[in-house]
Amino acid sequence: MSDDHDHHDDADDHELRVSKIRNGTVIDHVRGGQALNVLAILGIDGSEGEEVSVGMNVPSDRLARKDIVKVEGRELSQDEVDVLSLIAPDATINIVRDYEVIEKHRVERPDVVTGVLSCPNPGCITTAGEPVTSRFEVLDDGVRCTYCETIVREDIASLIDT
Amino acid sequence: MRHDHLITSKQLSRADIERVLDYAAEIDADPSAVADRHADKLLGLLFFEPSTRTKMSFETAMKRLGGDVVDMGSVESSSVKKGETLADTVRVIEGYTDALVLRHPKQGAPAMASEFVDVPLLNAGDGAGHHPTQTMLDLYTIRENAGLDDLTIGIMGDLKYGRTVHSLAYALSNFDARQHFISPESLQLPREVVYDLHQQEGAQVREHEAIDEVLPSLDVLYVTRIQRERFPDENEYQQVAGEYQIDVDTLEAASDDLTVMHPLPRVDEIAPEVDETDHAAYFEQAHNGVPVRMALLDLLLREGGDGDE
Ligand SMILES: [Zn+2]
Repeated sequence: MSDDHDHHDDADDHELRVSKIRNGTVIDHVRGGQALNVLAILGIDGSEGEEVSVGMNVPSDRLARKDIVKVEGRELSQDEVDVLSLIAPDATINIVRDYEVIEKHRVERPDVVTGVLSCPNPGCITTAGEPVTSRFEVLDDGVRCTYCETIVREDIASLIDT
Repeated sequence: MRHDHLITSKQLSRADIERVLDYAAEIDADPSAVADRHADKLLGLLFFEPSTRTKMSFETAMKRLGGDVVDMGSVESSSVKKGETLADTVRVIEGYTDALVLRHPKQGAPAMASEFVDVPLLNAGDGAGHHPTQTMLDLYTIRENAGLDDLTIGIMGDLKYGRTVHSLAYALSNFDARQHFISPESLQLPREVVYDLHQQEGAQVREHEAIDEVLPSLDVLYVTRIQRERFPDENEYQQVAGEYQIDVDTLEAASDDLTVMHPLPRVDEIAPEVDETDHAAYFEQAHNGVPVRMALLDLLLREGGDGDE
């Protein structure tokens, strides 16, 4: 299935449900139910007056149900996109300028994420008030703390350091 | 070794291990050859939890190399008590010494600390994590008694919290060793460790709840202590601990050549009567700590571990 086909069937149709944006980022094909975690990872909670639209559990060809997040006036950095991949591995990022999608790409899983997640192991040195930035190696099916080596496979979103 | 620090046995290749063991054997045979080697060197001992044995073993090793040690004393009497971070402590003590030995209750502490210092840092145990210098003396003892290739080893007891077990398992995966892990279900190997062992090409690992299935096939039985405090109630502890005790009767089913090891201290998991048999290698194992740590310290102190001899 081509991207274009996908776009027509899927995105255009359902874009009506959430408002079009002028400049910013559309994060599409987020796994159903993960939209709020996407916002948490990006540190967006609306308190800065950001204009954010969220569609949850909309029908999709590629995923049975998907979420879609639109952030007005903000283009995501590569770091943010990398981390996003941990909870939304199928996501596509659309950069919008003047209502046009000028750039569209899939997220890619990084090898390492630094300073984004906190270690769930209470016995880990990174939880002990040391001047150290958390660091996780990205595995095929989870993430692993570089320091204590704990592997987390489920609910990675709950480790997001907000 | 190619490394400046010794943090985990995972970082060691078979060649690294053999190099240290060969060198330890050389030192063991003629300690006088290295007696003045580090006469001008100081080793910093940072023990954030008590361990008389490991600490004294390092202290002895350093003094036998002609060097000396400085010791931060007990945690209670140090600035750590006042809330100083580990990162600050190691940076300060690094200024006084040529190498550091760190024992810490938090997992990953040596990995973090090593990012703050330039002198070699040796992990002497971090929480439920690793204990690589113990592993080196374990391997030395195994090699002396049973050889490291075509080895069938049973590792029994508290496999969950036993850092010596984790380190040993990683190191053994470099050799042609069949590893059998024997423990109550609640004290099985952490899934992280199993994951790593299965990632290792060719690691042969099996888990059991009872020792009788595997005992007759073993060349080495490595016993660890099951700690009372891991269990909510005394009865549960008694029941579990009783099933993982070794005495002369248990060993009837074993091969005559079986070597029994234990990182010590033991409580009652190996009956004192076993000490008198040819199986017992745990005191020899403890003695091996000194030549092995001498070898490690010497290699790391020479050019940050790059050491061409
Ligand atoms: Zn950790």
